[in-house]
Amino acid sequence: MGLLSDPNRRKAITSLLTRLNTPICVVCYLAGIAWFMGLAFEPFTLRTYMSENAMGSTMVEERFPSGERALATAREFAAHKKKVGGMPVDWLVKTMRAQGLEVFTQSFSRNLPFPDESKERFVVRGTNVYGILRAPRAPRTEALVLSAPCSPGNSNNQAVGLLLGLAQYFRSQIYWAKDIIFLVNEHDLIGVQAWLEGYHHTNITENCRITSSLGRAGSIQAALSLELNSDVVTSLDLVLEGLNGQLPNLDLANLFHAFCQKLGILCTIQGKLQRSDWDTVEGYTHSAQTMLLMVLKQASGRPWGEHGLFLRYHIEAASIRGVNSFRQYKTDATSIGRLFEGMVRKLNNLLERLHQSYFFYLMPSLTRFVSIGYYMPAFGLLTTILLLRALDLWVHLGTPTPVTEDGVGEGESPSSPGLLSVLTPVVISHLTGVALYTLPVLSQEMAVEHFPVSETEAVVLTAIAIYTAGLALPHNTHRLISGEGTEQGWRVLKLVALLYLAVLLGCTALINFSLGFILAVTLVPAAACVTPHVPKALSAVAMVLLSPGCTILYCVFLFQELQEVPVSLAEGWMLFLSVISQGILDHALYGSLVYPLLALLVYPCWLLFWNILFWK
Amino acid sequence: MATRHLFIELQTLNRRAKLKIIFAKFQCLCIIPALVGVDKKTCIQFCLCTFQEEMVIRPLYSGDIYASFQFRTQWDTDFLHDGKKVSHYRLFPKSLGQVLSKFSVRELHISFTQGYWRTMQWGQPFIPSPPGAELWVWFHHTVTDVDGNWKELTNVLSGIFCASLNFIDSTNTVEPSASFKPLGLGNATDHRFLRYATLPREIVCTENLTPWKKLLPCGSKAGLAVLMKSEKLFHSSFHSQAVHIRPVCKDWQCTSTAWELRQTLNVVFDLYTSGQGKKEWSLFKMFSRTLTEACPLASSSKIYVDVTDNPGGELFDLSPSSPLISTAVVLGDRRTYSVYDLTKKETFGQLRSLNLLLRWKGENDMLRPPLHAERYVSGFGLQKGEIHTCLYNSHPYRAYPVLLLDSLPWYLRLYVHTLTVTSKTRENKPSYIHYQPSKDRLRPHLLEMLVQLPPHSVTEVTVQFERALLKWTEYTPDPNHGFYIGSSVISALVPSIVAMDTNSTRDRPLFSSFFPTKEESSYFMRVYTEPLLVNLPTPDFSMPYNVICLTCTVVAVGYGSFYNLLTRTFQVDEPSAPLAKRLANIIRRLRGVPLL
Repeated sequence: MGLLSDPNRRKAITSLLTRLNTPICVVCYLAGIAWFMGLAFEPFTLRTYMSENAMGSTMVEERFPSGERALATAREFAAHKKKVGGMPVDWLVKTMRAQGLEVFTQSFSRNLPFPDESKERFVVRGTNVYGILRAPRAPRTEALVLSAPCSPGNSNNQAVGLLLGLAQYFRSQIYWAKDIIFLVNEHDLIGVQAWLEGYHHTNITENCRITSSLGRAGSIQAALSLELNSDVVTSLDLVLEGLNGQLPNLDLANLFHAFCQKLGILCTIQGKLQRSDWDTVEGYTHSAQTMLLMVLKQASGRPWGEHGLFLRYHIEAASIRGVNSFRQYKTDATSIGRLFEGMVRKLNNLLERLHQSYFFYLMPSLTRFVSIGYYMPAFGLLTTILLLRALDLWVHLGTPTPVTEDGVGEGESPSSPGLLSVLTPVVISHLTGVALYTLPVLSQEMAVEHFPVSETEAVVLTAIAIYTAGLALPHNTHRLISGEGTEQGWRVLKLVALLYLAVLLGCTALINFSLGFILAVTLVPAAACVTPHVPKALSAVAMVLLSPGCTILYCVFLFQELQEVPVSLAEGWMLFLSVISQGILDHALYGSLVYPLLALLVYPCWLLFWNILFWK
Repeated sequence: MATRHLFIELQTLNRRAKLKIIFAKFQCLCIIPALVGVDKKTCIQFCLCTFQEEMVIRPLYSGDIYASFQFRTQWDTDFLHDGKKVSHYRLFPKSLGQVLSKFSVRELHISFTQGYWRTMQWGQPFIPSPPGAELWVWFHHTVTDVDGNWKELTNVLSGIFCASLNFIDSTNTVEPSASFKPLGLGNATDHRFLRYATLPREIVCTENLTPWKKLLPCGSKAGLAVLMKSEKLFHSSFHSQAVHIRPVCKDWQCTSTAWELRQTLNVVFDLYTSGQGKKEWSLFKMFSRTLTEACPLASSSKIYVDVTDNPGGELFDLSPSSPLISTAVVLGDRRTYSVYDLTKKETFGQLRSLNLLLRWKGENDMLRPPLHAERYVSGFGLQKGEIHTCLYNSHPYRAYPVLLLDSLPWYLRLYVHTLTVTSKTRENKPSYIHYQPSKDRLRPHLLEMLVQLPPHSVTEVTVQFERALLKWTEYTPDPNHGFYIGSSVISALVPSIVAMDTNSTRDRPLFSSFFPTKEESSYFMRVYTEPLLVNLPTPDFSMPYNVICLTCTVVAVGYGSFYNLLTRTFQVDEPSAPLAKRLANIIRRLRGVPLL
């Protein structure tokens, strides 16, 4: 404090900061990236541990015996599914009722803004079937959900079979303290969304008609979703990333891992097994890959499994996916059933909602995690650059040109042309953002009429067209109103844009760290370096390469690379297009926030810097 | 000497005789008739108290078994009116009698329930009760300090029943204006003397059952009460025990009043889990006991088995069968019962024990009870929410009014302007609304409404609320579990399925005559909705929370001074002269010498 109250020292500090601004910024950037990559190094991370007492010490025995019978049920289910050509509602109702559950059906219909690529449909109609196992002597206040999607084709039959097998076994047990809901939903995520909206009587996204579901079982404490495609599996994969990058409590992952250990089932996260050789380069790369995959998935804001939609309702949920590869070691349905039995029994023992452990974390492997306290500094270092640049500009604006001696009174005079010249580009870029947000879906009919494209292509291509048009539109707009741009003008605009970006990224990182960090990695260098005085063509190329749209493209390639299914440029481009359409659809169907965030806020903010580059 | 001896002997004889008479009066004479050979009935008439016990067994549509016990003690005395002190209690439990007289209680209803009655599968219970503990009391109109009496009474009852009734205080007590009318004699309508409270979180277990059993005249030694083995009773889908005390007519002319104590116990057994999928049931399987005798103090001891739905034996087999058949109108429906009279020897057969056996053959199905209700909280997030109460009238053509009572704790701040009642997508205006707003930390919301339910419809009552942020000491030790909101109570006169009762009502079983109904065309019914579990915004009571608080404080202080420094401009100031120099200057000025 003494440093700042002394005007001389204060001057020294500011001069130091302005003189060394660029080196400090470079150091910060490199340190941020290094810190982030260091998070995957095992000695820097924490070991996972069970925080919840009710799940830690209490012993449960797994006795589920009837894996074979569950598979027989699965085959029966598959036969009925084939016969009906969709979800065999009547058969499910009959089967569940015979098991002594209270059975309810919920039919829903959903209008899509534009047809999704794979299925080409505008309206989705379906039925969810769920059975409630009422816990004895419980007053219907708490429930757990076990769900399995009824997927089209031949997939996921075993999951439904195992679900029904578990229902039958659970029904004959007496230790339940919470009601258990067995949900078989149609149309994957759309079905789950409809069911959740019906259960909670909410209407987040429009264009959804639901028959009021009758049966309820109080507040849902936790949910597990099951995906199983084969009679035996080699490993089980845990999927945590949910809508808008929300994650379930870490204890749920710990619970899964504990039971996999106990029952000797191979378990993976992001499809990657854990390696024990952390001190080798391969070991480090492996965990870095796992963590980066999690970051990319989280940043996408999509629900990566059915569980993703539960998280909005403060229901801790995870998807468990059976993977059948060419390994020798196989696990049968009985063991998977026991795993679920054990997990549900432990969740049944919960006295409170899962809250003891972390909600914000990254996982380089199933036994290691990085908590929010460890990964936030990496992001903090990146945003510091923006603040340092802003400080630098502020000092430059504050120390007047040699004409004025004391900057107190004349402080306003240089920025007096500023207000309009700053406001105009801000407003125009945001209008472009609004166009990017609304026009693609609105103008799809017109585009289909005039061009030989499908609706989905029309939407994506319109979005890309508006995005590109935005590059041409807003720069030099300030001249329309305030005449020639001044040296002060772009400085003020850049100051505003820097602070805007810092706040924007900060808020994003608080909600969804991965998204904030990825955006910061690409946007911060562009924002820090841009001035009207750099070579135009080269910088323009660099700016475009660092724009949010290209970031998505890199992420697509990186994701494919990390998943060990590298794609060619053309395939990557097609994937990029489908990612955009999926993003718009996710926003319309489930209320994912990534698309509006990028279109309405990040893209206009980037346009401001683009504007500065072409300042005249 | 001899005469003297004789005199003393006579005296002792006299005394013995006297003692004998006193003894006879003291012990309810029921033991004497066996010695003297007097008819039992005349004894009971002579006696001041009677005791009846019965059990009803109803096979439910879902395939479960509903067993309902009722024990009724009638005591022909009135300690409230005469002002006399009563010290002889005989069959009536002294602990309760003293409580009644001390706190001038007119009527007392207390129930402990573990589980929720599933109306859609089980139909109507004989005596409904909400999950947790429920207590409602009418005080005598001479009581001046009702609240004081209520507080003491709850504490005393808490001791008697080994329950946490002492948690009843002003924040969960209400005075319903219409929903709870006295069930006994007397036309008290001033609801100032009524107190109603529920504890939805109360967990009922053996420690509540034992004191309840001790109130019975035979304890659990003889009669139907031998069946009450707690390990079996609490191995069920539903368990509810209750005590109801009310003044009733002493005789036909109703010249004077008597006290009636009813102890009821309702259990629903799940045949599926206990029978490993086999639906077979017997007294022994349910209670791990068989019956060998009636309670010797009971004037009647019967078992009823509902065989209405089983005229030809399609649904289940019952053995041994009973020749006695009784019909009664229960809850608007005419039911047929097989009756087993435990006071008769032949009931027990040659084995000298009665073990009813029932084999289930039918299918499970959902019911359409005439009235049922459900309640849930909609929405997500921890700021707001909406309570939905759905009332289902499944009568095909009759509309009828129901009284809805909602008592919500103060920490749900109701937005009463959002209260809507809709049935068949049209607004349904309640004809009577009684709303008492809450006071923070003092009293709960009370909302009572009279709503007309159209035939074959769903009526939805919704009201929005905001979740209050409590003080940090007000959170329960498990705040992340959520807070319980008690059941809403729906009281209605439901149109009866049978139009009129043609039978004489005189030998109706007890369980059919609990709620007074004026006309037989409709019957009184009370439905409780499920309680709610609502999460309130909860601070993270853990180390990170403390760290966050501490860091925020430090950051706030640091930010303040930092901001102050950044926004202020500093100028180099001449340091002021030291005191000695200033003094010297003053002197110099006085002297006219140039200053230093």
